[in-house]
This record gives sequence, structure tokens and C-alpha cells, in this order.
Amino acid sequence: MSDRHLVAGPYAHGGASVSRTMGLVMLALIPATLFGLWQFGWPAIFLFTVTIAAAVAAEAISLRIAGKPIRPFLTDGSALLTGWLLALTLPPWAPWWIGLVGSLIAIVVAKQIFGGIGQNLFNPAMVARVALLISFPLEMTTFVTPTPLFSSVAPDFPAGLDITFGTVESQVRFDAVTSASVLGHVRSELGQGLSLPQSLPADYSALRGVIGTVPGSLGETSALLILLGGLFLLYMRVITWHIPVAMLSAIALPAGLMHLLDPGQFTDPILHLVSGATLLGAFFIATDLVTSPLSARGQLLFGAGCGLLVFAIRTWSGYPEGVAFAVMLMNACTPLIDHWVRPRIYGRDRKGVPLEPGDDAERPGRLD
Amino acid sequence: MKLFKIRGGIHPEDRKLLSAEEPITDLPLPPLLHIPLQQHIGAPATPAVRRGRQVAKGQLLAHNQGQLSAPVHAPTSGRIVGIGSFPAHHASGLNVRTISLQPDGEDRWSDAIEGVADPFALTPEEIAARVSAAGIVGMGGATFPSAVKLNLRQRYRLHTLVINGAECEPYLTCDDRLMREQAAAVIDGIQIMAYALGVSAVLIGIENNKPDAQRAMEQAARPYARIRVVHLPTRYPMGSEKHLVQTLIGRETPARGLTADVGVVVHNPATAFAVHEALRYGRPLVSRVMTITGGAIRRPGNVRVPLGTPLQYLIDHCGGFRVEPARLISGGPMMGQPLPSTRVPAVKGSNGLLALSADESKRGEAKPCIRCTNCVRACPCGLLPLEMAARARTGDLEGVADLGLMDCIGCGSCAYVCPSHIPLVQYFNYAKGELAARGRTRQKQIETKRLAEQRAQRMEAIQRAKREAMAQRKRAAA
Repeated sequence: MSDRHLVAGPYAHGGASVSRTMGLVMLALIPATLFGLWQFGWPAIFLFTVTIAAAVAAEAISLRIAGKPIRPFLTDGSALLTGWLLALTLPPWAPWWIGLVGSLIAIVVAKQIFGGIGQNLFNPAMVARVALLISFPLEMTTFVTPTPLFSSVAPDFPAGLDITFGTVESQVRFDAVTSASVLGHVRSELGQGLSLPQSLPADYSALRGVIGTVPGSLGETSALLILLGGLFLLYMRVITWHIPVAMLSAIALPAGLMHLLDPGQFTDPILHLVSGATLLGAFFIATDLVTSPLSARGQLLFGAGCGLLVFAIRTWSGYPEGVAFAVMLMNACTPLIDHWVRPRIYGRDRKGVPLEPGDDAERPGRLD
Repeated sequence: MKLFKIRGGIHPEDRKLLSAEEPITDLPLPPLLHIPLQQHIGAPATPAVRRGRQVAKGQLLAHNQGQLSAPVHAPTSGRIVGIGSFPAHHASGLNVRTISLQPDGEDRWSDAIEGVADPFALTPEEIAARVSAAGIVGMGGATFPSAVKLNLRQRYRLHTLVINGAECEPYLTCDDRLMREQAAAVIDGIQIMAYALGVSAVLIGIENNKPDAQRAMEQAARPYARIRVVHLPTRYPMGSEKHLVQTLIGRETPARGLTADVGVVVHNPATAFAVHEALRYGRPLVSRVMTITGGAIRRPGNVRVPLGTPLQYLIDHCGGFRVEPARLISGGPMMGQPLPSTRVPAVKGSNGLLALSADESKRGEAKPCIRCTNCVRACPCGLLPLEMAARARTGDLEGVADLGLMDCIGCGSCAYVCPSHIPLVQYFNYAKGELAARGRTRQKQIETKRLAEQRAQRMEAIQRAKREAMAQRKRAAA
């Protein structure tokens, strides 16, 4: 009761908490995650575990060094979520140290050095992903065709251990199943002067992209399940529609236009939407609370910027995928957007000038 | 009727059922009343009685001091036992000038009290004068002298009187009960105010969580074509006067302006009831309905309380505490003020006394902001509470002001939805207080400078006059 006389109201609270918010996001990720773990088997499970454990451990150590209370910050779930999101964007059979290094970068460099939760300018998972991609291009672009758990093609437990924790040689033995992601495949084929229909993998269909039985990052393949999680977040009001809708439209509209103009050279919008990190990015990454703008209009701008950049990077850059770059570039714009785009204050116009009181005889107002 | 949308807002658990079905009861006279001389916005009243004097109920105890002030009357008959300092009904617990009255138990009205047979035969100015003399102030809690608002027709073109029966604060049920039990009297007061304001329309806004009050008021208003009861969606802060007006007529009050700028004056149902009492029976404002509630109160209820009643007496009347209260609040849980003790008296603006148990008022440890924008979405004023709090924390008061601090109505919606439990309102109150203090200091400096300059000029003029006189004398001598 020490603060009984000091603290202003309200004396009621709606019950929201940081851990609840983070928990809801993780809940929304569960279907896509389980699907990914199932279809990429034991190595994916190991990588996922290592990444998350490393993220939580890195958070605890950083808090310790910073002299902050460990328990309240560790239990808010933010480090767990960062590790989780990062794991979902990694190639499922990547070696364990990819997860470890990634988590260290995400938590220590991108989050704690900026001052911990709420202070980071860039999305930690995306910083880590980009750093990994630039530093370890081979490991970060080696994808595998799905080998569902318990199926005949799947590596068993010891083989899985060998893939994740083994030597480079042991990885090479599984070259048989390595494959490019759809976007990567299309990019390299187009790069060799082939037209789009020739560039698509032979067994590709949009339906498989939607369900997710295609090569790709651990948790990014199933468009359907990610969309489901995203809709759940919208329903629970953890995120609003502005960023996802703006981002997806800003990918689909230019992609559709270009595809109409030259179907031979530009991938169709459906492929853009269902493959790579598009949906995960739109619902879970770009909507990151800390690094996205505050106002609804700012979020529309931000989402649209993300979408356009994704399209541009995928289409004209050397990288087949651009969600991480796009989100980070827009993260850098967030303070600027927040400075210039603010909600209109009640009783004022957009410039902050008080509204005019009654201004003609018909309308009420001051008698002067 | 078509309603207009407002931005933001929240849906707090209303907890009104604790007291909503408890009819208004009269409080037995307490052994001693402490009547503060300032129970309103504006200048405090000046005493009109001496210690030891016998007074009748409704007799004037203190005059209003100027236009923006209100007189105070004896809540019952008895003897004045003291005029001194007593802890105020305010979070600070500071003393204010207070008249202490010992009731004689007769509760005898003053002979001078006389109603008006036909208030509508009076001029609007006469009605406002009577409302002023009755000491009536805004009883929703703002305690702005009502007569000043009734006189707004002299300066504004008014078309509508809005009665704020939203009672959007959780727990509070005093307006609800008053509208249900005294609908005819409230409507009569509304009619008198509408006449005084010269408006052609009256809109009574009542939230949908009070269907009985809506029905009672509709029934009582049926004979009057210009009065309309409007069912409002239940949403906090619907009772914020500017937001209520926007919901009803779709016009936004300009920043720093009054609702009169859009032709509307807003009054509370309890104020309307007080106007009815004052005009029809000549009774000044000496009591009011309060909701005494909260999880820590044994028998929550609605009580007609003589002004000046010590809160402890009220709590005892409601069965005392069930459990040790964690917080004692004057008003509702959203915008109410913490009370320093139960010794302080009930005043004109006291709509509720809340004794919250520990689990009702628990407040999480504040954590860093995660920029979730819950507060931005909840703010009914279009502000960025998180940015304002961040600047207030670093002492950047100009920055807070630039972000619209003075447009903040302090409703607390932002803090209610904050997952990090940041005491946002506390930051804003701090910044508002600091800015006001700085403004006063600056004003003082400007004033000092002006006076010093004037003095220098005066001195120079005197010197010049002396020199000239000297020169003249010299010339004369030569």
C-alpha cells in the first residue's frame, strides 16, 4: 500500500500482459511449426530446439550482464518467440551452429545491445537471418525436399542427430534429398535465360505451395497454416489488418501487373504470395510490435513499403527471397514514419490546428 | 436515432451489479458534519456565519466569491461548532477551510426557503441566479458552477441540451438509481434548464447497460416533444462530454474549446435533479446521492448523503469493511482520485466511494513498453500515449506538450489496456502539473520584468523632472 496516495488511476486493468501477447503469437505459430517439424523430421526438431534454447540462454546471460532482473524479463516470452521465429526461417537441415549463432546475433546484437525488449530498432529474428545469409550462404540456402517423420525416406533419430550435430561430411551424404526452394529454383533458372514456365520445378503446383509440401525454410512452407495463425492473431487483436493487407497487396499488385505484361519473365502473384517467407513475414514478422509504426496510416505505409521491396528484391536482385531485407529496410524507416504520420488529435485538424467552431449562421457557435 | 462513431475507448468490466439494484436510502444524520468551503471549481466561498450560531437546514453558511464560485448551505439544522481547517476530499490530504456543524437532530428547513410556482415565468437570468444561489455545481464530478453554464446562451448560439446519463465509469450507479427513482423530477429539472438555455432540443444519453433508467426516463419524458432519450452503446469513456456530444450530434468540439462551440451544453442528471429542487422548492444543494461500493464494502448501496458527512460514517452505514480495502477511491476506478483517509467529508462532486479489495485493484509491475499500440488504439483523443509517456519520463515536457498533452482528457483507457502496466496517466498528470507550474513561473517572471521596467521608467521620469527643475532654478537664479 506504499503507493496508495501517490499513484494516479485507473485502478482497474484489462488483464493484458506482455507474456500473454507473446503467448498468443506463439500459439498462432504452433500449427505451421508442427507441420514443419513433421515434414522435415528429426533434424528440424533438433535445429528448432537448439535455436530456441540458445535464444533463451543468450537472453538470460545478457540480462545478467546488464544487471537487470532475469526472471520477469525471461518469463515474458519475448526471447523464446524470437528464437522460435528465427528457427522457422532457417533451412530445416542446417547444422546446429547456424541456430546457435543466429540466436546469439538476434538476442545479443539485435536486441540486448539496443537496450532489451521494446528498444530494438530492427526485428531481431530478421537481423539474425540476414547476418546468417550473408555469412554462411551455403548453409543458408541448402534446402531439402520434405521427408515426413516416420516415412521411409525420413532420417531416423541417429541419422537426424548426425545431420544436425554431425560433421560436414555427414551432411554431404544426404545430398540426395537437397533441393532448392521454389523461389530459389525459379531465380536461378530465370537467370540462365529460361522463361518462367520452364523455370518452375517440374512437380510444382500452387496447391502444394498452399499446403506446404515443398522445399523451403522450416516453418515457412505451409501458406495455409501460417494464414490460419495470422487470422487468429487478427481475431485476438494482437495485430491489426493494416500491415498484412498492405504488404500482401503491395506484393500481389505489382507482381500481377508485371506477370500480365510478360508472363514469361515474371512469376505470377499466387506464387509470390504462397512461397518463401511472404505470409510469415506479413503476419508475424512485419507486424512485430516493437519495430513497426504506431498509427494505422503509418502501418499501411510500412506494410506497403515491405511488400514493394519484397517484390523488387525477388524480381531484380541477386537474392531469390527478400522478406528479411525488406522488413529490415522498413524497420529503419519506422521512426521516420512515426514522426510524420500521426493520428489526428480530437478537436484538431491533421496539422494540429484546432477545428473552427461554428462558422456560419446556420451552424451554432460563439456569438462575437 | 443515428449515432456517430468515436475513436478508441474500452469495455471495462462494469461491476455495477454490486449496487445497481439497491434503492437510494437516506443516511441517518451523522453526529458531526464538516462542510468544506471549496467544493467546486473556482474561488472558495467566504463564511457567512460565526461559531456557536444556530442554523436551519438550507441556511447560507458561506457566500460565493465572484462569478466562478458557489455558496455553501447548511445540510441540516444545528449549531456551528467551528470554522477552521480540515482535511479536504482530495488526494493530497491537505487542509481546507471547513465549517463544522453539529446537527440538532430536528433536520428543520429554514423558513426563508420558498419555491417558485412557475419557473417558466421567470427570465433565464433569474433561473440562473437561483441556480447560482442554491450552490449547484456539476454533479458528475467536475463541480463546475452550473449557473455559469446556464448563462452560456449570452455568448454562444445554443441548440441542444445534452444530459449525460452515460455513467460510463465502472461500479457507479448513483445516476442510474436517480434516473430510475426520480425520473419525473429529473425531467422537470431538465425542462427548466432547457428553458433557461433557450434550446430547442434535449438529448438524454443513457448507456445500454442501464435499460431500466432508459425506460423510466423515456416514460417521464413522453409528454415533452423536444426531449429524446438516446440509447448509447456501452463503452468507456462515453461520458466524456466532448465524446458524448460527438456521438449524439456528430460534431467534434474544437481543441481547447467548449461544447458550446458546437451549440451544445452538457449537464448531469443529478444536476438536473438539484435544479428541480432549487426552483420548485427553493432547496439549495445540501445533499447528494453517492454509490458506496467495491469488493471491500460489506453492503454496497446508493445513499442520499448530507454534504459534509465523514466518509467513515458512510462506510459504517454500509456495514463497514468486509476485508481490509487495498484502495479507497473517490469516484470511479478509471478517473477517481485516491483518498488519504476516511475522515474526509463527502462533497458536492462525490459521486462514489470505492473501497477496492486487493484483488480488484491489483496493479502489475511496470515493464518496458513493447510498442504494441494498444494505447494508441484505445485513446479516444487520437494521441500517442506511449510516446508521451516516454518523453515525460525523460523530462522532455515540451515534447509531451507537442504531442498533445493538453488534449488528453485523462480517461485512463491507455493505462487500462497496457500490457506492460505502465502508469501512463501518472506520467501525464506529472507532466501537466509541471507544465502548469512552469507556466505560472514564466507568468511571474514576465510580470516582475514588466513591473521592474515600469519602475525604472518612473524613476527616470522623476530624475528627469528633478534635473529640469534644478536647471530652471539655476536659470532663475542666474
